[in-house]
Amino acid sequence: MRSHSSGISLYVHWPFCLAKCPYCDFNSHVADTIDHPAWRRALLTALDHFAIREETGAGEKYLTSIFFGGGTPSLIDPATVAALIERAGDHWKIDANIEITLEANPTSVEAGRLTDFFAAGVNRASLGIQSLDDAALKFLGREHSAAEALKALETAKRIFPRISFDLIYGRPDETIKGWRGELSQALDLATDHLSLYQLTIEKGTPFYTRDRDIGLGLPGENSAADLYEMTLEMTALAGLPAYEISNHARPGFEARHNLDIWRGGDYMGIGPGAHGRLTGQKARLATLQISNPANWLAQVEERGHGGVPETSLSKEETLHELLLTGLRLTDGIEATHFCSLTGLTLKAALDDRRLERLTTGGFLIFDKAGLRTTDQGRLCLNTVLGELVG
Amino acid sequence: MTDLSHIRNFAIIAHIDHGKSTLADRLIQICGGLSTREMQEQVLDSMDIERERGITIKAQTVRLTYKAKDGETYILNLMDTPGHVDFAYEVSRSLAACEGSLLVVDASQGVEAQTLANVYQAIENNHEIVPVLNKVDLPAAEPERVRAQIEEVIGIDASEAIEISAKTGLGVADVLEALVKHLPPPEGDATLSLKALLVDSWYDPYLGVVILLRLREGVIKKGMKIRMMATGGTYNVDRVGVFTPKNVEVSSLGPGEIGFITAGIKHVADCQVGDTLTEDRNPTAEALSGFKPSVPVVFCGLFPIDAGEYDDLKESLSRLRLNDSSFEFEAETSAALGFGFRCGFLGLLHLEIVQERLEREFNLDLITTAPSVVYRVHLTDGTMLELHNPADLPDPVKIDHIEEPWIKATILVPDEYLGAILQLCTDRRGEQIDLTYAGNRAMAVYLLPLNEVVFDFYDRLKSISKGYASFDYDMDDYREGNLVKVSVLVNAEPVDALSFISHADRSESRGRVICERLKELIPRQLFKIPIQAAIGGRVIARETISAMRKDVTAKCYGGDITRKKKLLEKQKKGKKKMRQFGKVEIPQSAFIQALKTSED
Repeated sequence: MRSHSSGISLYVHWPFCLAKCPYCDFNSHVADTIDHPAWRRALLTALDHFAIREETGAGEKYLTSIFFGGGTPSLIDPATVAALIERAGDHWKIDANIEITLEANPTSVEAGRLTDFFAAGVNRASLGIQSLDDAALKFLGREHSAAEALKALETAKRIFPRISFDLIYGRPDETIKGWRGELSQALDLATDHLSLYQLTIEKGTPFYTRDRDIGLGLPGENSAADLYEMTLEMTALAGLPAYEISNHARPGFEARHNLDIWRGGDYMGIGPGAHGRLTGQKARLATLQISNPANWLAQVEERGHGGVPETSLSKEETLHELLLTGLRLTDGIEATHFCSLTGLTLKAALDDRRLERLTTGGFLIFDKAGLRTTDQGRLCLNTVLGELVG
Repeated sequence: MTDLSHIRNFAIIAHIDHGKSTLADRLIQICGGLSTREMQEQVLDSMDIERERGITIKAQTVRLTYKAKDGETYILNLMDTPGHVDFAYEVSRSLAACEGSLLVVDASQGVEAQTLANVYQAIENNHEIVPVLNKVDLPAAEPERVRAQIEEVIGIDASEAIEISAKTGLGVADVLEALVKHLPPPEGDATLSLKALLVDSWYDPYLGVVILLRLREGVIKKGMKIRMMATGGTYNVDRVGVFTPKNVEVSSLGPGEIGFITAGIKHVADCQVGDTLTEDRNPTAEALSGFKPSVPVVFCGLFPIDAGEYDDLKESLSRLRLNDSSFEFEAETSAALGFGFRCGFLGLLHLEIVQERLEREFNLDLITTAPSVVYRVHLTDGTMLELHNPADLPDPVKIDHIEEPWIKATILVPDEYLGAILQLCTDRRGEQIDLTYAGNRAMAVYLLPLNEVVFDFYDRLKSISKGYASFDYDMDDYREGNLVKVSVLVNAEPVDALSFISHADRSESRGRVICERLKELIPRQLFKIPIQAAIGGRVIARETISAMRKDVTAKCYGGDITRKKKLLEKQKKGKKKMRQFGKVEIPQSAFIQALKTSED
């Protein structure tokens, strides 16, 4: 297997939250007390463990991005963030334009720590604002008010050169008009990046049970499509077009970390439940860390790493992953890039008949530059993928 | 061998749920056929499905030993019979083996249509009928009204009808006494050559092929070489016995007796029901008249949901047929459903039961196509084709005319629902033959095309009458009809499994219903999908499934990638269950649902 570049990324998962949101199915936990020094030591140990692996190219490769996700990473001790960034620099060459993102909740307490995170080396903040409407924030189970969020955003803007924030739309009984108002307000506030997610009901969440038992009144397929199409239009007009299904940026300000992952790049994942992908000698490797925080911590302390046995991806799995992330991007999959990752041309990797059906149907565009979805194809991507390789 | 004067052979005629099997249980208990430990409910219904549904499918027999009030001990042979029209053939065999019948009627429900058909058959067999009113202990029981109804509707004297509760045992002893007193003993001469009626045969895992016999003349013993007069097969009897209901060997059976033999017979198919058994070296001169064979009247396709189960289905059908020669099957291929079998049944209940037994006893997941009747297609070249599958209908230009089977239906229904029931019969092209009243119940006799009945007539009848109407039918005759084949097209390609033959007047509404149903069942796809019902090239109904607008996961980071990938791989496995129609793929489950849902 060939690695596509000399770069690599790092994902750090902080699994704790002050409260669990009813829509969230991420690996997050509410803990009474957190032994910060112990977690700092463990995360560093987990990072060191990756550094001794040949595939991560310590000493040779450039680290292009670090992403602190969660959970609520703004609850990490800034000293831990600083230590991790410093340690990463000990192991890998640091790209001059390294992007270091930290997800933060826009509460007043957390806003107060943003300076410390910046001092630690974070240069991009991603705020979980979720809504600019107090009733909606209450429905979503958030700990902050709209006013608090705006304040936190202002603070963040003063501190970080790059800012993104998240909104969740397609909420129960949300109208086109309502979302248009909220989105235009958001576009006024946005600087260079926005993540706009349609509310998805995931199994195992309180929303799932409520929706199943009494119904949440979520928009139907047609309304959801209308909302999405309007979002595409408004963001493009405001100069923050979609570069991925739910991500919008001023050109040049796309989230580099996620973009690399969607393009099939290598990344290390440390912390409970974190996934990673590395290019091995024979195959692409999928790494995964123990998801229960206490168990993860215990194993790291005992065995020096938090991983569970890793799996080698088959050629087919590797292809599927490339397609299902690459086709989410507006730019799609670049032909030469695909070739360098898989050793195959797109044409050889895909079924002619199926490909043709989808291109003539107006869902995919396949040309010399590569393979990408049309707006319509992106909106139906799950089915398109099923038709293409399922 | 028992003296003729001390034998009574009787059948029990009753509607489903009127308590026939419970009464049989009581009779067995009183006569000591089984110990309390061996007793279970519905002892004669050996199949799980019989017990659960409270119906009898296979006729059973049991020999009871009863000490009557006159001090004498009698042998009472009970033939337990199915109550449903589909098994009328089994009923007729049982009746032919007896001299009398117990007519069991629920004292609150009254006479039902199926009871009527069976009791008429018993009367034709010169049976002495002993009426019994069951469930008199229930608050809703109206024995006087039902007594009058029996007299009016059936035309027999019910003044001495015995009032019982099979459940509590009340009056059951009187039933035994009445059997001895009212039923004639059988006739026959033990000194003549053997003449016995082959009533039934089945495969028993311990005994091999078992033959149930009713002896008319002569004696049968172990070691005797017997001959089956119709098939000519000869066998050595290796076991003679009776059912108490446990099988008990006896030294011999004589005239008037009912019992079983085994004779090293390999296949149930070698035993023709209705055949006459005689002694090979001393044969009787004349065979018994026998029965006319049963003919399947309802056909449908059975397909395994998992194509890998085709061989299992074939094996299971063969095994079921060992004990039920009344259904038939042959291989069938469908573009929508894959490989399966076209099967013929005696009626809808029979179909349902075979399907359920396949699923339950053989663990198969099946798709059943819409039931169809046997059409007689007269071609322009003068030949006639019996059509079991609408998909096989020849090119219309080659067809001169088509005939369809009609039935004579008897429906008993409380007054208040009569209007709606008559309307239903009219809608289904019925012709009224008779309409009479007995108390607050009406009896309507109609000629109806069987095609309209297999569609959903019975369900409609039940729902219109809130379950109070009962229904029975006999095959009548074939008649020419204005019949057309309606094809269902998905994305302009015909779905063979959904095509049906219908009367021209009803084709449009039926076509529309199926199009609407498919529209709901087929999930939206990338492309819009037209659904049409057509007669030849003429479209009679049309629906369109609009193209999908949105199906995308909002977030796809880290762990989501692994999850999505697994979903994609699952999708790939699911492809096996998809059927291609032009550029769209339809899940097989949509067709299964379309076939399952009955019309409202």
